[in-house]
Amino acid sequence: MKTNGILRVVTRFLIPLIMLFALYIQFHGEYSPGGGFQAGVIFAAAWILFALVFGLDEALAVIPAFAQKVLATVGVMLYASIGVLGVVLGGRFLDYAPLIPGSPQGAQQAGIVLVELGVGITVAAVVMIIYTLFADRLRVVEESKQEDLD
Amino acid sequence: MAVAVLRMRDLFAAVMLFAIYSLVSASLFAVLDAGDVALTEAAVGAGISTILMLVALSLAPRHEDDDRVRGRNLSALAVVLVTGASLIYATWDLPPFGAADNPVHQHVTPYYLEESYGDMGIPNVVASILASYRSIDTLGEVYVIFTAGIGVMMLLGATRRRRRQPVEEPSDEDGGE
Repeated sequence: MKTNGILRVVTRFLIPLIMLFALYIQFHGEYSPGGGFQAGVIFAAAWILFALVFGLDEALAVIPAFAQKVLATVGVMLYASIGVLGVVLGGRFLDYAPLIPGSPQGAQQAGIVLVELGVGITVAAVVMIIYTLFADRLRVVEESKQEDLD
Repeated sequence: MAVAVLRMRDLFAAVMLFAIYSLVSASLFAVLDAGDVALTEAAVGAGISTILMLVALSLAPRHEDDDRVRGRNLSALAVVLVTGASLIYATWDLPPFGAADNPVHQHVTPYYLEESYGDMGIPNVVASILASYRSIDTLGEVYVIFTAGIGVMMLLGATRRRRRQPVEEPSDEDGGE
């Protein structure tokens, strides 16, 4: 697939659009259908499309495997720390009201946006991790087959 | 569609049928005005799970083994028939589809629908339920996804380290193609 010119040009055109759509779904999720789960999956799909067309090594140069693991953890930590922050500021766990005192609606919106961002980061990173591991395993299998032939 | 998936011996075609099935369900959800669910089904069901199944399939043989499929499935058939019959029997006790006085529409749903805009100031009720009213549930879902990633990492990631030791010079073999 790496040598197919049409595929390369079309994906190069499509990937920014897919990522933009993912960000739209992420941050417009309060006003239209969408949210962190869908946005994360769509963002990861853009990366997987890149990996399919340009090869796993190129894709791992953009987002290395280590960064994927860090991002997966960061997302969960972001979500949980928003919850703990509410406790520290005098509310209950995952109570957004103390985040912005005096503006309950604004506090809820801030909490929702941050929490959904955490969900999106984790989902995107985990999907990338799973794809990377499977594709890497496939490469191991093919290399060992090649060695058997040699 | 599901029967076609079952009867398919070519796993590649079965995966494709699954994707179409997901897309059809997504459009069904869209017709039922469940935009969030439709979006999720289209992105996760038709998109990512198809890709992951294809990647997994590239590690496995493409066709189902005929010998292992045939025969010795009478007890399985009986279990499936009994379960299916009892499920269908149970549906007779379900309240009518879409009726306004169903139990599901009586409990907390009216509060969510009427008060969520005043509480949150955002129009998407699904988002406010998921991320605020039912926030701890969603935190649990994120943990589930995180755990799934760790699980796959433990199952498949171990093979990489074993490979690393004997590989010394084939770095040009990787980059050369």
